[in-house]
Amino acid sequence: MSKQACDYVTFEIAGRMFGTDVSTVHDVFRLEALTPVPLARPDVAGLLNLRGRIVTAVDARRRLGLAPREQGYAGAMAIGVERGGESYGLVVDRVGDVLRLDGEQFEETPASLDEGWREVSRGIFRLKGELLVELDMDRMLDAPAAATAV
Amino acid sequence: MDDLLSEFLTETTENLEIVDIELVRFEADPSDQATLNNIFRLVHTVKGTCGFLGLPRLEGVAHAGETLLGKFRDHAIEVTPDLVTLTLRCVDRIKEIVAGLGETGVEPDGDDSALLADLHAAAEGKAAAPVAPPQPLRPARVGPNGERWDEDLQRFLRPGEVSLADLETAFRTTQRGADEAPAPRLPAGREAVKQAATAPAPFAAKARPEPDDEEAHGPRDPASQTIRVSVDVLENLMTMVSELVLTRNSLLQMVRTLNDSEFKTPLQRLSNITAELQDRVMKTRMQPVGGAWRKLPRIIRDICRDVGKKIELKLEGEAVELDRQVLELIKDPLTHMVRNSADHGIESPATRIMAGKPETGTIHLSARHEGGHIIIEIADDGAGLNTTRIRDKAVEKGLLTAAEAAALSDAQIHRFIFAPGFSTAAAVTNLSGRGVGMDVVKTNIEVIGGAIELHSVEGQGTTFRIQIPLTLAIVSALILGARGQRFAAPQTSVVELVRVGEGAEHKIDEINRLKVLRLRERLLPLIDLGEVLKLAPGLEGERAVHTVVVMQVGAARFGLVVDDVHDTEEIVVKPLASLLRGTPALSGATILGDGAVVVILDPNGLAATLGAARVEAAKAAHAPALLAQTGAEEKSLVLFLAGDGEKAAPMELVTRLEDVPCEKIERADGRAVLQYRGALMTILHPNGLHALAREGSQPLLVFAQDDFAFGLAVDRIVDVVRERVTFDLTADRPGLLGVSVIRGKATEVIDVSYYLAQAQAEWGDRRARRAVKGRLLLVDQSAFARNMLSPLLTAAGYQIEAVASVEDAWALNKRGDAFDAIMTDLDSDRQSAADFARRLSQDPLWGEAARVAFSGEAREAENFAEVVRKSDRAGLLAALDYALKTRRNAA
Repeated sequence: MSKQACDYVTFEIAGRMFGTDVSTVHDVFRLEALTPVPLARPDVAGLLNLRGRIVTAVDARRRLGLAPREQGYAGAMAIGVERGGESYGLVVDRVGDVLRLDGEQFEETPASLDEGWREVSRGIFRLKGELLVELDMDRMLDAPAAATAV
Repeated sequence: MDDLLSEFLTETTENLEIVDIELVRFEADPSDQATLNNIFRLVHTVKGTCGFLGLPRLEGVAHAGETLLGKFRDHAIEVTPDLVTLTLRCVDRIKEIVAGLGETGVEPDGDDSALLADLHAAAEGKAAAPVAPPQPLRPARVGPNGERWDEDLQRFLRPGEVSLADLETAFRTTQRGADEAPAPRLPAGREAVKQAATAPAPFAAKARPEPDDEEAHGPRDPASQTIRVSVDVLENLMTMVSELVLTRNSLLQMVRTLNDSEFKTPLQRLSNITAELQDRVMKTRMQPVGGAWRKLPRIIRDICRDVGKKIELKLEGEAVELDRQVLELIKDPLTHMVRNSADHGIESPATRIMAGKPETGTIHLSARHEGGHIIIEIADDGAGLNTTRIRDKAVEKGLLTAAEAAALSDAQIHRFIFAPGFSTAAAVTNLSGRGVGMDVVKTNIEVIGGAIELHSVEGQGTTFRIQIPLTLAIVSALILGARGQRFAAPQTSVVELVRVGEGAEHKIDEINRLKVLRLRERLLPLIDLGEVLKLAPGLEGERAVHTVVVMQVGAARFGLVVDDVHDTEEIVVKPLASLLRGTPALSGATILGDGAVVVILDPNGLAATLGAARVEAAKAAHAPALLAQTGAEEKSLVLFLAGDGEKAAPMELVTRLEDVPCEKIERADGRAVLQYRGALMTILHPNGLHALAREGSQPLLVFAQDDFAFGLAVDRIVDVVRERVTFDLTADRPGLLGVSVIRGKATEVIDVSYYLAQAQAEWGDRRARRAVKGRLLLVDQSAFARNMLSPLLTAAGYQIEAVASVEDAWALNKRGDAFDAIMTDLDSDRQSAADFARRLSQDPLWGEAARVAFSGEAREAENFAEVVRKSDRAGLLAALDYALKTRRNAA
């Protein structure tokens, strides 16, 4: 499978490297004053005011069923995306550099990848000594497959 | 699509809607020339324009229609309902073609020959009939292709052109439409228009009033006064204004903290301008509600024709404006409801005459402003809702048991028509009654923060009252705090705020685990915001003082328990992101002036958490008590359902109200027992043990005394009320004290002592074997007091004899009955009580008995050892114990 070389915003969730096409990212911001939404899906971290827009923050760790962040949300980084005219922010552990990745390094999601990861992965890039999972943002914002199956 | 064509389509669609209305009006009054002229002009415009745009099919149909209308106008043929129907068919065909054009941009294929033939036949056939056409005022000049001569222009009209005279007529009739709005008008001008309208001349416009009526001049060139703007542009504008309002709010907040800031004055101006801008932009979104009604006359007419009914549709307040977004959302529900009224509500003429009503039914649709809301009412004078049928249907659908159904009032039963999939229509007509209806209507209305109520009297008609907000975009909100988090609640739902808890006038009671607030003798169900939203407890812990926000949604009223009330603020409602939609009790989010995001509470969603039954109970509690008899004592009573109908028990006797899981109740050889607080407790049911709940939970009234307790199982605990109890009917079966009117309804008051005896018998007479503490005589003329105290004292280990009067007491004395204590009421007749006591003290048989008196107030009384309050159970028992002990010691 070949893929055009393209810029990726990289970030870290629970010690794993992820990336998403830079063109899908609206902005990257730091969380401040998060308003929790009662009775919402557990992976919804809350709402915040980003320059006059209301952004719904989704906790990537909770979405993937991982242990919650130890240090809470204050100061956490989020990847801002727009979907259907609505603003979302994916709360991640750390935001890294923007990398230009070559299609040659790209591979289909390997079957060996954990099922939770596989669901949200578009494929992987083999970097030097590290794997980078290309994250499917749409899938991330949808309810987890396990939850919708109930 | 071509701009010209799309504009033509928009305009034609609007015109056709008017034609529909006008035709129905014209049918009702064929002499109304102004209406006819208006119809003629509209159809003529369609015809003219489509010739110009090259739409042959449309032109053909419109032309044939116009020809027929022309004959009407010239009185060449008589107007009959059949001909009007034919004209409407023609209009429908035009609509069809226009719709096809809108989709594809070209005329759809189709065969109009049958319709055209009918139209021509009608125009030709009747034209030959010997109806003498009245002479026109002047001979009409006709051009080579049938064009009309126009006197004002002094030339033949071009295709598609409308004569000035016709235009004048059109303006006049358009004003007639607006005439029904409560706008102030010149009565003289109106008279003149009416005269013009009824004038027999074909060119009615010639009889117009002097052109001093400036309105006739105003809209002469409507094109230069208005422009068409796409809705999207307005929506964007509105969003931006909303943002501006928010920015202004945060600026205001910042400057508020500064003293003597130079920003203050310019900011004040900015604030005013923003407010005005907001107002103006809102106005551009406002549309008269009449727009949602346009289709209705035609719908009613068609129903009348199809099912042979006679219905008059009265419209009132068409000019009342509301946000187009709201208008769009209520259009379908309204149409549905009017259709329902016509189809199910209004009876057939024969039925109506038999019922002594006028043959023609009326549906009255009205709109008006009322305190930040629009109220729309749909009232018909039809048959009303069939309460019995709805009740049966509700039971059949398993929405409630027959017993529950029997206990509900008519109004409560009527609300079941809003239940999903509920339809009682005996016959499913092609119009309505397919079971998708009122629940959808209700949901649609509630989605926009509205509410719907209904009032129906069998045989007299039904009225639906819809309350909807003026706009959805900006609302005034109350900012509340619960467990450290802030929330916004729409101000329109808030009725009042009440402080509760330590040091406050009001406090929260609990009935059957439902928190309630007694507010001005009404029982208000409460919702704890923190609990219902499952908020994590705040750092400060449980508060001693809370605020209850009393909210009203439709007829339902409830209290929302919050920690703080911060402020009121104008907020711009933003919808929740799609992944948060469907979150119960939340309707959106907003950014406050300080920049914080808060979620907006949905009062309807909150009310839903209470459960319909509880809201109903609260509503019933609002009903004024019909009984206001003086003299009778006011009592606290527990109302409950058990078997047939509502029953009551004196609250004083009830120790606790419980709700236990069914499986906890154990049954053994015809008895039911419950492990309760470390002991076994006998469970009884007024209708026998077979009536115990089989699944879910079982509500219990627990009566406990010392170490003996029994539970009376009931179907449902309804309420606790304070009422004057007067037995209008005395008991005719065991277990019943009598029937009293409670909350305006005949209610059976149960005899607790009867059940106590039964429980004790079942308990192996454990009580009876215990030594009797003493024999008591109770003299009280109130049957209620006798019946209340007997079980209490029996349970406490006394043997009791209760009599109604002093005479009855002396009769016992003659018989030689001895007592350890004698109790009497002091308040009902103080003199006779004092006499009784004096006589007792001198009596050889009863002189030694301890004398205890009851009184509403604490005081001393001569010749009585103790004075206690009747409701002070512990005090009474202590007084008896003490009195008997001292007596024994003395002896």
